[in-house]
Amino acid sequence: MSDVSLIDELPGELLMWVLIISELLVFGAGMIAFMGVRLTDPVGFAEAQSHLHRTGAAFNTAVLVTSGYLAALALKWREAARRGAARLALVASASLGVVFLIIKGVEYTDKAAQGIGFETHPFFLFYYLLTGFHAAHVLAGVGILLLVAWRDDPRNIEAGAQFWHMVDMVWIMLFPVIYLLG
Amino acid sequence: MKYESQKVAYAYFAVAMALFAIQVTGGLIAGWIYVSPNFLSELLPFNIVRMLHTNALIVWLILGFFGAAYFLIPEESERELHSTKLAYLQLLILVVGTLGAVLTYTFNLFEGNWLLGKEGREFLEQPKWVKAGIVVAALIFLYNISMTVLKGKKTAISNILLLGLWGLALLFLFAFYNPGNLSLDKQYWWYVVHLWVEGVWELIMASILAYLMLKLTGVDREVVEKWLYVIVAAALFSGILGTGHHYYWIGTPAYWQWIGSIFSSLEVIPFFAMMAFAFVMVWKGRRDHPNKAALLWSLGCATLAFFGAGVWGFLHTLHGVNYYTHGTQITAAHGHLAFYGAYVCLNLAIFTYAMPILKNRDPYNQVLNMASFWLMTGGMVFMTFVLTFAGTVQTHMQRVVGDYFMDVQDQVAIFYWMRFGAGLVVVIGALLFIYSIWVPRKEVLEPGPVERERLDNDPDHVATES
Repeated sequence: MSDVSLIDELPGELLMWVLIISELLVFGAGMIAFMGVRLTDPVGFAEAQSHLHRTGAAFNTAVLVTSGYLAALALKWREAARRGAARLALVASASLGVVFLIIKGVEYTDKAAQGIGFETHPFFLFYYLLTGFHAAHVLAGVGILLLVAWRDDPRNIEAGAQFWHMVDMVWIMLFPVIYLLG
Repeated sequence: MKYESQKVAYAYFAVAMALFAIQVTGGLIAGWIYVSPNFLSELLPFNIVRMLHTNALIVWLILGFFGAAYFLIPEESERELHSTKLAYLQLLILVVGTLGAVLTYTFNLFEGNWLLGKEGREFLEQPKWVKAGIVVAALIFLYNISMTVLKGKKTAISNILLLGLWGLALLFLFAFYNPGNLSLDKQYWWYVVHLWVEGVWELIMASILAYLMLKLTGVDREVVEKWLYVIVAAALFSGILGTGHHYYWIGTPAYWQWIGSIFSSLEVIPFFAMMAFAFVMVWKGRRDHPNKAALLWSLGCATLAFFGAGVWGFLHTLHGVNYYTHGTQITAAHGHLAFYGAYVCLNLAIFTYAMPILKNRDPYNQVLNMASFWLMTGGMVFMTFVLTFAGTVQTHMQRVVGDYFMDVQDQVAIFYWMRFGAGLVVVIGALLFIYSIWVPRKEVLEPGPVERERLDNDPDHVATES
């Protein structure tokens, strides 16, 4: 067949794109629902939001973006046949993922100490659902980055970096919507 | 038929079709009880008729899947089945178990006995010995099929089919787990049939559909496999957490309302992809397969599954909507079209494709078979519409206005009459299907000059297989 379909021109792994689109749909729907429910109780949402650590979350944003940059560098280096540097970058990228999780963990522990849970307010229902689901992806991403550092075929690294960029992009959308939106 | 052991499928399909006839007859009786509530109330109460209708459905669909696996796995793995004896033994166990379950329900034998009596949980009423028999049969099946695949060629179709069948069997184990806490009971209860229909059965559906598309349209295997992987990924991504839409009102935490709403909304995607897949394959196809009826069922399956499972599912899946529609006739409308489209049509497609091959003859009975498709589909779509209207009226009167259940039932009686009529058409269609598969030995319509020419001159057009 002579016709080249759009799918054939897609860079990277097709199934990874399917996953990324699915994840974006889920987080997107979750954020739309959050903002929809927020309209019903702006005062309550603003009060609940004031309990969050904005500085910690902003720092975490920098951590995750840096981590994403390292993953991108890793692919570039691997393609330039600098295997050692690429592996190092991937491990560093995964370590920053762990840093993100530690900061997130501190934040959750602090909420728990204040007696804030899922049922405290609809704001926190969405807060826990969205950031918790995202944190689960960070955890999975750390595993994937280490996996592709070990099995370091460029195609693998590309797929791992694709996943990781999805994770940091989702955070970049979550951060303003949940922490900053006033 | 390329492999002798494929013949096993014949017996499975035969039993499945017999149960299909029983299932739709049970449906017709249940539909009549809706319009004439005292009908058979002493002899065969509504709850038992309903049980027979739903359980016979599940059992015949699964027998169809087993038969389909025994039919297509040898061709995919390019070798005979590991053991035909085991396959027949498995069927025997399932038939004995089914009869045992039916007799135990109908006459309420051994009431209260932990092993022999019925268990009481809706849809999982089978006595414990029948459940154990199902597990043994499933183990035999998995052993038999897995050994065949392991020794033979591994294809995406057989791998996905196996994954689906393994998932089916493993999830059934939750039928044994019955916690005392009613919320937990319900939580695990949904693992059985609903993680089937929204999860592993979709894998089975996608792989059987892929096999049919491969055979009927002659598209490259590589293209089929790419679609298959995407569909399966979308199905598992949305379906597993999407089952959360059953957790809205059973006492589970409130976050399930959002998890269920969001993920189950995405369940439309794999069904849409399957529909797109089927039509794109026909569009790209390079083979004019003579079994047009099998193609009609395959396309019908993908389309009706999209509407029944996808659109009608989405109709009441958001928790804000479901708060009002839960358990009304809207659910019944969705249930009927989803099961019919996704799994009944799928089985009838593979029966239509495989039976002429198993009987070693040309697909003669195309016209009757296609007529049965339109009868059943027309009846089922009509039923879906009238139940949707009934459900809309019911939701408003009962849940919004606050009228009493039985008063509302009286008000929607007209829809139940129409549903009975639609059901009658479905039963006639089902019987016509069975007749068209088993009885006629020549086509009821003479082909016209164009078709005659193709039959005479195009060797590809005559062959029933490959």
